[in-house]
Amino acid sequence: MTQMSMIQAIHSALDALLARDPNVLIFGEDVGYFGGVFRATDGLQAKYGPTRCFDTPLSEGGIVATAIGMGAYGLRPVVEIQFADYILPAYDQLVSEAARLRYRSGGEFWAPITVRAPYGGGIYGGQTHSASPEALFTHVAGLKTIIPATPYDAKGLLIAAIEDDDPVIFLEPKRIYNGPFDGRHDVPAKPWTDEPGSDVPEGYYRVALGSAAIRRAGGAVTVLAYGTMVHVALRAVEETGIDAEVIDLRSLVPLDIETITASVTKTGRCVIVHEATRYGGFGAELSALVQERCFYRLEAPIVRVTGWDTPYPHAFEWDYFPSPARVAKGLRQALEG
Amino acid sequence: MRNLPPLHLHIPAPHARPGEAPDFSYLTFPAAGATRRPDEVSPEAEMRDLPYGLIRVLGAEGQAVGPWDPHLPPDLLRHGLRAMLLTRAFDERMFAAHHQGKTSFYMKSTGEEATAAAPSLALQPGDMCFPTYRMVSFLLARDYPLANLVNQTFANAGDPMRGRQLPLLYSARDYGFYSLAGNVGSRFGHAVGWAMASAFKGDDKIAMAFVGDGTTAEGNFHEAMVFAAVYHAPVILCVTNNQWAISSYQGMAGGEETTFAARGIGYGLPGLRVDGNDFLAVYAATQWAAGRARANHGATLIEFVTYRVAGHSTNDDPSRYRPANEARAWPLGDPVERLKTHLIRLGEWSEARHEELAKTLHEEVRAAAKAGEALGTLGQNPPPRREMFEHVFKEPDWRNLEQRRECGVDQ
Ligand SMILES: Cc1ncc(C[n+]2csc(CCOP(=O)(O)OP(=O)(O)O)c2C)c(N)n1
Ligand SMILES: [Mg+2]
Repeated sequence: MTQMSMIQAIHSALDALLARDPNVLIFGEDVGYFGGVFRATDGLQAKYGPTRCFDTPLSEGGIVATAIGMGAYGLRPVVEIQFADYILPAYDQLVSEAARLRYRSGGEFWAPITVRAPYGGGIYGGQTHSASPEALFTHVAGLKTIIPATPYDAKGLLIAAIEDDDPVIFLEPKRIYNGPFDGRHDVPAKPWTDEPGSDVPEGYYRVALGSAAIRRAGGAVTVLAYGTMVHVALRAVEETGIDAEVIDLRSLVPLDIETITASVTKTGRCVIVHEATRYGGFGAELSALVQERCFYRLEAPIVRVTGWDTPYPHAFEWDYFPSPARVAKGLRQALEG
Repeated sequence: MRNLPPLHLHIPAPHARPGEAPDFSYLTFPAAGATRRPDEVSPEAEMRDLPYGLIRVLGAEGQAVGPWDPHLPPDLLRHGLRAMLLTRAFDERMFAAHHQGKTSFYMKSTGEEATAAAPSLALQPGDMCFPTYRMVSFLLARDYPLANLVNQTFANAGDPMRGRQLPLLYSARDYGFYSLAGNVGSRFGHAVGWAMASAFKGDDKIAMAFVGDGTTAEGNFHEAMVFAAVYHAPVILCVTNNQWAISSYQGMAGGEETTFAARGIGYGLPGLRVDGNDFLAVYAATQWAAGRARANHGATLIEFVTYRVAGHSTNDDPSRYRPANEARAWPLGDPVERLKTHLIRLGEWSEARHEELAKTLHEEVRAAAKAGEALGTLGQNPPPRREMFEHVFKEPDWRNLEQRRECGVDQ
């Protein structure tokens, strides 16, 4: 075990698979010689050679299209989209092609690709460096969507994603690349060192896609969160002293529905937290699932704490970002409701 | 069986990386004045040499030579020089403000100022520019208020974008400057549509759009080219080839196999390749393409060959991927110095006046920055938070209203 930040853990996963599987290759804008704008591929080109880790033209559509072609041929491409906000030129390739290639060809062709993209706010990135587009992918049949919240999970999930034979969207909460941000922007940022989930094996291991993790066991209310919001939710629970059960979904598709229903069946209350806009967000799906499966155990309406239904505003970052205080309010609402 | 070696995957690499000597030998170009100037309305098929030439007016000694000399009045030249110098002073100040924590982000346009300042002066009022984030000199050439730029950079109460946008992503409709976004290339087609609308209406307005060399790889670039060609849209489509796209050299966008101007050939659009550090050449090429567009002869693709002297942005350290002294080896010089030398040679400028102007502009920027700081830097005295919920739609819908209340900013 070694202490790693999330970005180091992601780097370590890529390193491990480049070493292990000659069919794995990595490409994207600025990922080759430079090592990526967030350093996820730092030194990998020098270590494995220019055909295993290389720069691409500035074309997200082209990156994903060629990844699909390579994947269909038999390789395991791992591509980086520099910011999740810039994945949209590739959306047609992901939705119309990657997601359906296996289905429409009767299993003759498939796209075992992994698309990594830093996402989310809290970095003063404005409208085009802050988005949380997960619901655009969870809505699409045939795509898997993964979001880690700790370095340990980031590495294990990324390895599992790359080895998965289906297309996987791997969204990385960039606000917690270097430390577990809990929503308090006015206190000094802390590094991952000695935080839960920062002990990471140096070698190969997997965290199975489709398994949630209970970050805090409790009986009063279930909190469903992923990415940065797991840490914000834990902070809100600490501040309120409410005996909440905090579930880190980790995998949005496939979803660990058993863990969710078992918890809500136990607590009878549910708060869903995400940073993305609310309307039609992944929280809406979670809310529907919980309602369908736990209706007779629910003692209060399900509460959603999310970003507002506006583009991500530059100057109002901390009014937009769901704060521990807003999550706390949601917790109280679920308890009172 | 054919006796061939196995295939291998080609991965392009730039001519020089850190620790190596800068190498611009890949850039070959004719002397100033050597590239011919066809009539504005010549058929595209008769101009297929131009994308491989280089339109240059300013010679090594600052003399204006050849058929592209736009013969501009000295007042206009001084105006352009002022805009470029002001841009440089503004960039320096805002870049430093980022280091002092006063803003979130900044990008300089150092070395490329002519590619926006000259078109700004060559276009007519009513024309629309669809810019990149490296074109503040377009606004400054039109005397856009420094206060607006500073206030947006600091996202304070005076921010004309109401705290919603990053620094540099300006919008200035009255100045012929279309709204910027952070995603690259996505407005290239808007320019074509704008130009088509002008033609549809029977107006005389044209559009001019810019992307970087790197951005030519985006589908948006190619889609816009097709539409521009098919509808003979009165638009000037420009590639600012500053040799780099963050850490990726221009060959990564396909600039090594051909020129960016030559992209026009496949679409049937005239392609002009222009010395982007030569104010007169940039002006002349813009004027030529504008004339062609206004004469109903359709779109032109222009490549401005220039160099990104600074890092990509405040988040970037270019010495990690290119020779630290590469800017000094750039063969096309500096646009400010070159225009200055030209004006001095004309007897219309002097070192003393230049120094005086630089000082004045430095002071102007300092005063504007101070005033902006007094109003508030990032996080202090932002616009009313309620602004967050405005303009999502023309009229807020029930979600905006409810969430505004939930956010506690209903008044
Ligand atoms: C669609 C999209 N993809 C990626 C990015 C990230 N990005 C911002 S600028 C840039 C490089 C642009 O290079 P170029 O087009 O040459 O313009 P320059 O920065 O050199 O002016 C990249 C990759 C983006 N802003 N938008
Ligand atoms: Mg460039």
